Amino acid sequence: MLSERAEEILEALWIQMEEQGKKQLDLGASRDEPAIDELSRLGFIRKDLDHIHLLEKGKAHASGCIRRHRLAERLLTDVFYVRKKIIDEVSCKFEHLLHKGLEDNVCTILGHPKVCPHGKPIPSGRCCTERKEKRSLKFVARLADLDVKDKGHIAYLQTKDRSQMQKLISIGAIPGVSIVLLQKFPSYVFQTGQSQFAIDKELASSIYVRLTK
Amino acid sequence: MLERFAKKIGYDDPLEVYLSKLQALVYGDYPLSRRSIALLLLQEDKDVLDLIKDKEKERLDEILKIVGEAGAHYSHPLTYIIGQRRQEEANRICDAAISFKERQRVTLRERLSKVLMNPFTGGPILLFVLYYGLYKFVGTFGAGVLVDFMEDKVFGEYISPFMINLVKSTLPFKLLQDLLIGEYGIITLGVRYAMAIILPIVATFFFAFAVVEDTGYLPRLAMLIDQLFKKIGLSGRAVIPMVLGLGCDTMATMVTRTLPTKRERIIATLLLALAIPCSAQMGVILALLGDNPLGLVVWLGVIILVFLVVGFLAAKIMPGELPTFYMEIPPLRLPHLSNILRKTYSRLRWYFWEILPLFIFASVFIWLGQITGIFNVLVRILEHPVRWIGLPSEAGVAFLFGFFRRDYGAAGLYDLKKAGLLSGNQLVVASVTLTLFLPCIAQLLMNIKERGMRMGMVMSVFILWFSFTVGYLLNIILTLLNLQL
Repeated sequence: MLSERAEEILEALWIQMEEQGKKQLDLGASRDEPAIDELSRLGFIRKDLDHIHLLEKGKAHASGCIRRHRLAERLLTDVFYVRKKIIDEVSCKFEHLLHKGLEDNVCTILGHPKVCPHGKPIPSGRCCTERKEKRSLKFVARLADLDVKDKGHIAYLQTKDRSQMQKLISIGAIPGVSIVLLQKFPSYVFQTGQSQFAIDKELASSIYVRLTK
Repeated sequence: MLERFAKKIGYDDPLEVYLSKLQALVYGDYPLSRRSIALLLLQEDKDVLDLIKDKEKERLDEILKIVGEAGAHYSHPLTYIIGQRRQEEANRICDAAISFKERQRVTLRERLSKVLMNPFTGGPILLFVLYYGLYKFVGTFGAGVLVDFMEDKVFGEYISPFMINLVKSTLPFKLLQDLLIGEYGIITLGVRYAMAIILPIVATFFFAFAVVEDTGYLPRLAMLIDQLFKKIGLSGRAVIPMVLGLGCDTMATMVTRTLPTKRERIIATLLLALAIPCSAQMGVILALLGDNPLGLVVWLGVIILVFLVVGFLAAKIMPGELPTFYMEIPPLRLPHLSNILRKTYSRLRWYFWEILPLFIFASVFIWLGQITGIFNVLVRILEHPVRWIGLPSEAGVAFLFGFFRRDYGAAGLYDLKKAGLLSGNQLVVASVTLTLFLPCIAQLLMNIKERGMRMGMVMSVFILWFSFTVGYLLNIILTLLNLQL
């Protein structure tokens, strides 16, 4: 088992390299931390004089950590209504509880989200590609995956570009709004408040709904 | 009052700071308040950005920097943040002002709405609407009864003879007399066509369209047809110009402005020009093939096939953003007669003044074509493709006039039919080719006006080539299969 500190370092490395495009990292203040040694012993990183390099093995492990962290954030905001201010702190602790197997269940319950509440991408797992979800696990799901008459509130929107987002906002599909799916074929028809709208499958896949009974 | 309300929607602190920074940098004179301008800037509204580029040149960099900073402060786009805040405020106001009764049962209106949106019942209903709204009301009543009255009585007995006498007694020159009251004169052709043929047809069409529109049927049709239209590069929204095209393609081409992307506008314009027959044209084609139901079926089948195939290919070829479909489904309502009449009247007035100059232009054009002899040359050129598709060369004239008025071209064929010069097969081939053939001159001008000279011309050349190719193939297929329609 990796120590929490080592996992944190691994995550930070991954973010800097995968999302900020840096090639290597200055060793700096963390030079003498035992966690660094722990990581290089496991073959996750390589340390030369001043820099740390993230190795393939480390990358794979790091992306798993990031995935758990961001899934934890999603779970805490969308399901447990944890306040935004303390979300980071709580999810840092929470992610360590989501070990393999459990993380895929959480991902499924949340409807395989693609971004965390801060808008950063969540690395996808095996469950996202397989998509054999059981109905009993549906908690937050895309509007496109709901059944007719399913009810809930819009949890968040996840669109491929701004104009899509604007279209959804312009028809009042905004987080927090209550929504009922009325029809799935040939187009998706839903009701929010007193109004009904028809949208295509692509837009319906951009609306994530927190289901209510 | 509004001013006071607008100020009430406060945003969270960082956003308010950025807003006040932006407001302080916006000096120019705008039709909106400076706060609205700042809000639109934060939402990266294209029009406002253009305005700012023009009016705040010196401060542009600074303004854009603040917009960038504000965006970076939030994890979601600002449209989202602002939209969400507005929704909150709207909900707060509504919650305080409106209460809803618990609804016990499904109303008739909701049940009817479901039936309209169900693909299995929606299809037959569409046929019903088209048959009674379009075929019976517009085709039989508008294009039949009303046109006969206007053309034979009003123009034939009063206006035309009066104008002919007036012109002949005041204008001594034969050439100018022809321009005004000749066979294709401004008054005898242009004005008469616009007023006696187009006006009644389009008036009945607009009336029927307004009824359909006011019931809330169109969005339901759009949601039914969206998946099919996606295959041809359009969204369900395009159903509105397409249905309008069945009334008048020229008008419908103007309405393609309501489509959100350039790609959709181009595909819709092409399909309107090629495969959507207008009401005037349909009237004559029904007269040509009315006593030949099998021929009518073949005609309809070929036109629908062309519509789908050309749309499909155009969608494959055309680059650009794929269409998205989103539309409000309003509750079904019983239309008010006064609203419908007002709508019909205002559209008709607008349409008439758009279209009348085009008809006058067409008359002048024909007049010029005849006195210069260009027409005879064109007719002779057209006789070749006409013979290729298995028609007598006399049909060439019908095709040339078809360009000036599509229905006029069909009427030319009607004369040939009456003279017994055309067989069943020839009639079907001719009807198909003429339906696909170049749009009328009004529509050509509209295509150029809306899509630009280059695109308008490219489309016209394509249509010219394509219509005769389809006619040629249809003729060969009918002959090979030894079918007599």
